[in-house]
Amino acid sequence: MAEQQASTYEQLPPNPETATLDGRNKYLGFWFFLGGETVLFGSLIGTYLGLRAGTADGPGPADLFHLDLVFIMTMILLTSSLTSVMAIINMKRGSHKKLLGWMWGTVILGAAFLGFEIYEFYDYYQQGLGFGTSAFSSAFYALVGTHGAHVLFGILWISTLLIRYRNSGITLTNAPKFNTAVLYWHFIDVVWVFIFTVVYLLGIGG
Amino acid sequence: MSTAQTGSKNVIWDWLTTVDHKKIGILYLAGGAFFFVLGGIEAILMRIQLMFPEFTFLGAQTFNELLTMHGTTMIFLAAMPLLFGFMNFIIPLQIGARDVAFPFLNALGFWLFLFGGLLLNVSWFTGGAPDAGWTAYVPLSSESAGQGLDYYLLGLQVSGLGTLIGGINFLVTVINMRAPGMSMMRMPLFTWSSFVASMLILFAFPALTIGLLLLMLERLFGGQFFAVDFGGNVIIWQHLFWIFGHPEVYILILPAFGIFSEVIPTFAKKRLFGYSAMVFATLIIGFLGFMVWAHHMFTVGMGPVANAIFAVATMAIAVPTGIKIFNWLLTLWGGRIRFTTANLWALGFIPSFVMGGVTGVMLAVSAANYQFHDTYFVVAHFHYVIIGGVVFGLFAGAYFWWPKMFGYRLNETMGKWFFWLFLIGFHLTFFVQHFLGLLGMQRRVASYLEGQGFGDMNFVSTMGAFLMSIAFIIFLISIFTSKKNTENVNDPWDGRSLEWTTTSPPLHYNYPQTPLVRGLDAFWLEKYEGDGRMKAAEPLGDIHMPNPTILPIVISLGLTIASFGFIYLVYWLIFVGLGITFGAMFIRSVKEDHGHHIPVDEIKRDLEEG
Repeated sequence: MAEQQASTYEQLPPNPETATLDGRNKYLGFWFFLGGETVLFGSLIGTYLGLRAGTADGPGPADLFHLDLVFIMTMILLTSSLTSVMAIINMKRGSHKKLLGWMWGTVILGAAFLGFEIYEFYDYYQQGLGFGTSAFSSAFYALVGTHGAHVLFGILWISTLLIRYRNSGITLTNAPKFNTAVLYWHFIDVVWVFIFTVVYLLGIGG
Repeated sequence: MSTAQTGSKNVIWDWLTTVDHKKIGILYLAGGAFFFVLGGIEAILMRIQLMFPEFTFLGAQTFNELLTMHGTTMIFLAAMPLLFGFMNFIIPLQIGARDVAFPFLNALGFWLFLFGGLLLNVSWFTGGAPDAGWTAYVPLSSESAGQGLDYYLLGLQVSGLGTLIGGINFLVTVINMRAPGMSMMRMPLFTWSSFVASMLILFAFPALTIGLLLLMLERLFGGQFFAVDFGGNVIIWQHLFWIFGHPEVYILILPAFGIFSEVIPTFAKKRLFGYSAMVFATLIIGFLGFMVWAHHMFTVGMGPVANAIFAVATMAIAVPTGIKIFNWLLTLWGGRIRFTTANLWALGFIPSFVMGGVTGVMLAVSAANYQFHDTYFVVAHFHYVIIGGVVFGLFAGAYFWWPKMFGYRLNETMGKWFFWLFLIGFHLTFFVQHFLGLLGMQRRVASYLEGQGFGDMNFVSTMGAFLMSIAFIIFLISIFTSKKNTENVNDPWDGRSLEWTTTSPPLHYNYPQTPLVRGLDAFWLEKYEGDGRMKAAEPLGDIHMPNPTILPIVISLGLTIASFGFIYLVYWLIFVGLGITFGAMFIRSVKEDHGHHIPVDEIKRDLEEG
């Protein structure tokens, strides 16, 4: 079957990620999944908004948040989305090597973001914000922690794909996989934009 | 290259590894029926306890556990999986597909449901089942002693994940897998209503996931979401639960509506009255289902403005539902009605469900709701819509599709006994509960006093419950005694939609050639305007099918093991369980599986035998 053979640039259709029924199913199914994830994060954000004033004499948002650190984290994550866009553009052009290169960029930037987040949590913990300190702290760690867990899963997922397909070339089987992984990565980026606004900007300014 | 896979000889291994939508459908039905019987036994035990005033058949703690497990089991582990069984078996057939979009995920969804359900029921043997009601309101649930509530949280989390996966699978199947000519507005109503229900699953279940996650973090890891002393808020749980919980009732009822919309036209020998109105009513019900969750919380103190908005939105749902009721009646009007058992369930459904709808509108009046709230009036209402709607729909679907699924027809005489005894028993049980509620009997109480005047009606109610059990036993017996009715099973009811064009039970690739659909009621059209056979949309050729795999069961098993780790906070067990799950996912991701091809010779052989 043609779809298993490593295809060169000439053989691949212009959109290899949706050229097969399998690919189209994955693509559509993943969009639906992201719809469910939207409700998931919506529920967490709603809970946080309901509880963010409940600091119970513990440290509150204005005592803790450093906007400079979070701004750097935001920029890192936005850049990681950009590199994944470059990866997909190169995938559609048929350049396997550049696809891998840009995707590794995404993984490294994602790992950097996660490192900063771990540092951030450690810092807050040092300042007396444990998970059970107050309703605010529980809601904060639940929301940002769930996002962080998504970033971690994304890093592991994309790394698996990159190692598995390091020599295979772009095929009609792996193109949908890279494409869904990148969709996922954009999604967690968008969620972070909301978290940045609702948690950090509102926490300091609102 | 794809590998030609010969079917495994071992029957058990075959069912454990199957990715065939028909077998998974049957597994869902078997699993759902098991939990349905379990939930029924729990109900009967409660009814015995309530038969006499101050009766001491059960202790109060046992009663609390039974009422919690009855609700949880019936909603999550019986009604939904039974509907999923029909959806799995019938939807691909109705749209002319050979399988669902994600056969692997389909199997995974089933095993997650089964393991989650079993996990929940393990709690009976480990020191007590959950006891805070199926709604698990905080702080009752967050402070409930023992591990019962932890089983509830993890069990529902695991089985809920399975449901979400199933919902996404059906959505993609309906959009991407339809046969040529099967446009959206030519789809049978069962497929349509299941499609909308899947949409509701997708957007409702994540809210439950978060609710359960927060409660788990609170109970096991010291979170303070619901602890008022620490700035927490108990109402958040109610919102999260009902943002899921109200759409959930439409997830249950919409596929049942779809079943009636298949059964009634078939046995009235008329096309469905107002097809497009039915489709749009379904969509509107699905949309409004998300706008009304707070009507479960009228007495919580949201204020008159919020109460009024949610009251009006709730009443608005009666409009599309009424459209459906009238369309069914007008389908029957002037039709050549056959009173088969399947149709009796549909005909019994209409008045029973309307009664539940009327009390629903009464409950929606937020001022009056202060009187009804948490009384048996509510119990009567939701049993009228869930039994009168969903369970009747499941029975109608069982009698309607049984020949297609199992290759034999259920005995009609026993079926009619089953129907009449169950119908009478159902109304005996729940009709009097309206009045018990209005007299002031609270729901979820383990007993009542001698002089309160509740005794007679509770006795009647329990008798009705016994009658329903006897009726259901007749049904169970008829499953085993009807096996010889194997003549005329391919199209026993003079069917209208594509599933009746296949053999009974269908070949494992469903259609040797994908059918070409030329209009609404595709099979009926060919019967009356064609030669009674579907036109083929493709030449006879090799058919590509997915390979069986054991991985779904391994993934589910891993999550179950991890759940025990969470319940008892044994960290190495969590790592082992999650390791198994992620390991199996990793294997699935890394090992490309391209399925196999059924050679054209084998298909020709099947056709000659068939």
